[in-house]
Amino acid sequence: MNKKAVGALAAAAAAVLALSACGSGGEASGASGDQAKGEISYWLWDSNQLPAYQQCADDFHTANPDITVKITQRGWDDYWSTLTNGFVAGTAPDVFTDHLAKYPEFAKTGQLLALDDAVANDHVDLTQYNKGLADLWVGEDGKRYGLPKDWDTISLFYNKKLAAGAGISDEQMKTLTWNPQDGGTYEKAIAHLTVDKNGKRGDEPGFDKTKVEVYGLGLNSSGSGQGQTEWSYLTGTTGWTHTDKNPWGTHFNYDDPKFQESIAWFAGLAEKGYMPKLETTVGASMADTFAAGKSVINAHGSWMIGQYTGYKGVDVGIAPTPTGPDGKRSSMFNGLADSVWAGTKKPAAAVKFAEYLGSAACQDVVASKAVVFPAIKSSSDKAEAAFKAKGVDVTPFTQQVKESTTFLFPIADKAAKVDGIMKPAMDAVVSGKQPASSLSQANDQVNSLFNK
Amino acid sequence: MTTTTARGAAPARKATGTGTGDAAPRRRRRTRSDLRVALLFIAPAMLGFVVFYLVPSIRGLYLSFTEYNILGTPKWIGGANYAAIAKDPLFWNALGVTTQYVLINIVLQTVLALGLALLMHRVAKSTFIRGSLLLPYLMANVIAALLWFWLLDYQIGIVNNLIDAIGLPRIAFFGSEEWAIPTQALINTWRHMGYTALLIFAGLQAIPQHLYEVANLDGASPFQTFWKITMPLLRPVVVLVLVVTVIGSFQVFDTVAVTTQGGPINASRVLQYYIYQRAFTESDFGYGSALAVILFVILALVAFIQMKFLKGNESDLD
Repeated sequence: MNKKAVGALAAAAAAVLALSACGSGGEASGASGDQAKGEISYWLWDSNQLPAYQQCADDFHTANPDITVKITQRGWDDYWSTLTNGFVAGTAPDVFTDHLAKYPEFAKTGQLLALDDAVANDHVDLTQYNKGLADLWVGEDGKRYGLPKDWDTISLFYNKKLAAGAGISDEQMKTLTWNPQDGGTYEKAIAHLTVDKNGKRGDEPGFDKTKVEVYGLGLNSSGSGQGQTEWSYLTGTTGWTHTDKNPWGTHFNYDDPKFQESIAWFAGLAEKGYMPKLETTVGASMADTFAAGKSVINAHGSWMIGQYTGYKGVDVGIAPTPTGPDGKRSSMFNGLADSVWAGTKKPAAAVKFAEYLGSAACQDVVASKAVVFPAIKSSSDKAEAAFKAKGVDVTPFTQQVKESTTFLFPIADKAAKVDGIMKPAMDAVVSGKQPASSLSQANDQVNSLFNK
Repeated sequence: MTTTTARGAAPARKATGTGTGDAAPRRRRRTRSDLRVALLFIAPAMLGFVVFYLVPSIRGLYLSFTEYNILGTPKWIGGANYAAIAKDPLFWNALGVTTQYVLINIVLQTVLALGLALLMHRVAKSTFIRGSLLLPYLMANVIAALLWFWLLDYQIGIVNNLIDAIGLPRIAFFGSEEWAIPTQALINTWRHMGYTALLIFAGLQAIPQHLYEVANLDGASPFQTFWKITMPLLRPVVVLVLVVTVIGSFQVFDTVAVTTQGGPINASRVLQYYIYQRAFTESDFGYGSALAVILFVILALVAFIQMKFLKGNESDLD
């Protein structure tokens, strides 16, 4: 082979690599067979919950010796791409943990088995779940695509020692107020908890915001379009909602001045030196930096209770989110469910297992492990007790549900595309590169997705 | 591959010239049986090429004219994807970001690799040292990226702690818009430098020793020897290396995917990552395929221009 050919071939071969990434395809095989037996597969992403669900699977097998459940746990990032690939290749799990941001597209493309008949035939009591959770899993077409398994809300984790050192009591932490203009007592606390290298606090004269040792508030990310743990607990108290209606909104409200005012306040915390700059958080875990004593307050979800209370030598307090301009607290209310893949070869067994996961028998097991709050009301009370037995008071998370100060996770079609637009846009604002008003343009882009 | 080609080419050409009439039929027979053997040897590679590259590429080209979300059936929409790409600010951003990456990566990598190759050729004759230069290349891309992601971490990274220790401000290597692309370009320079050096080193060894002896006798300085003998004779190898590394560099993906994921904001949203985002994250495989076709055309053009203007297919050795 001469050199010209070698070069040309190498060039062609390497360049073709660029193209071949996008060309796979196939059809999911249809469901067949109707006996509730054999081996079925179940996927979940949270390793903390694996022991609980393994026990559910074992108990289920004991009760139904004909069915064996094989559980696979995969990290969040790999989970969704592997699942989508599985849909196409015909290797998706029979039953899997599903998320509100993902299921609309799966339902629309026919990947999920509607559970309405099963619910009716097996008399699944949909009122046993915490209010609103069962409704989240009814698609735009009116069919049910999941049985609720758990729920989560947001609270403030705080370092008790550092708070006490700053003279802020647990009582004060529980009664914080917030508004988007001056941040209320929430900002005062955050400022006071911030300490620079010279020991000056954030609200003292001479505070050097370029050399901060301890931040009052930790930063996880910019929150993209949802801000679940970052800012939605604040924007929710201003009367602002993500979409025109929920679920199935088709118009987003990121251009609302109320929203932009709140985000401007949030981004301002980094500018004032009370919260780490976004650029310094890439690759870092907010919870780990909290454990290292680098931040005092972390707003986070109830699924993080185990991690925050698990750090050795760190005394962690949990406080409810601050009261906002409407005089109430607010928390996003997110719920997961188990869905059945439409392409399952063993639909009877799969549905039976999904129903078991959605029953008190399994959810009580999950409750006993004190890792998350199960969807069933009686089970979630048991979880609260199990947390208490471990010495963790989770009232701040449950009180939002009891006092009805929650709002549902915004469910909309095209969630991935909305995220593709909102992530960079929100990053730009939170990092101080763009003013909050730039979100209006992003909002136009988002809404144009729905006008096609 | 490069060395055998360079060495084998000249004798082969001579042999063609010395053929006699008597030998002709025999050769024809041999050519035919050669062809059969050649096909046999090429077949496995060809099969792989057709199944894994050619067919998916043609399908990719087809998908670029469709609206396709992988779970449904592709819908033909003509050139609409391409029209949308022309007006897509993120595509133009990706093109700019990728070019920035390629420039930093290739310039540094080639210069350093050339230096390393010369050192291997002249100074470091020990196989151990030569071998150890390849070590970073033997590491999986993702691992190399994660390793540096950790080393360069803003809070706990050893590099930033050293910077802090000497009293300089910490650098958000992956978090700031200014640093994200240079950082990743440097990581991959570090990883690929040894391999590129090895390719150039092979080219150096193909340069006949007697040329240097003659130059030495004529009293040429090492500097003159390098510019008048080494560089011109090395050109075909350097061009091949450039073509291959530029193509590879344009396709940077794994480093971005495991570290910045396109961010901060859009600072590291390189073309390959943008293709992945549109196709696999946002399930817009038609649009993703159209982007991939454009990348293909760009790479083909770049390779063509490099081969043409650097005369990579001619050697001054003949």
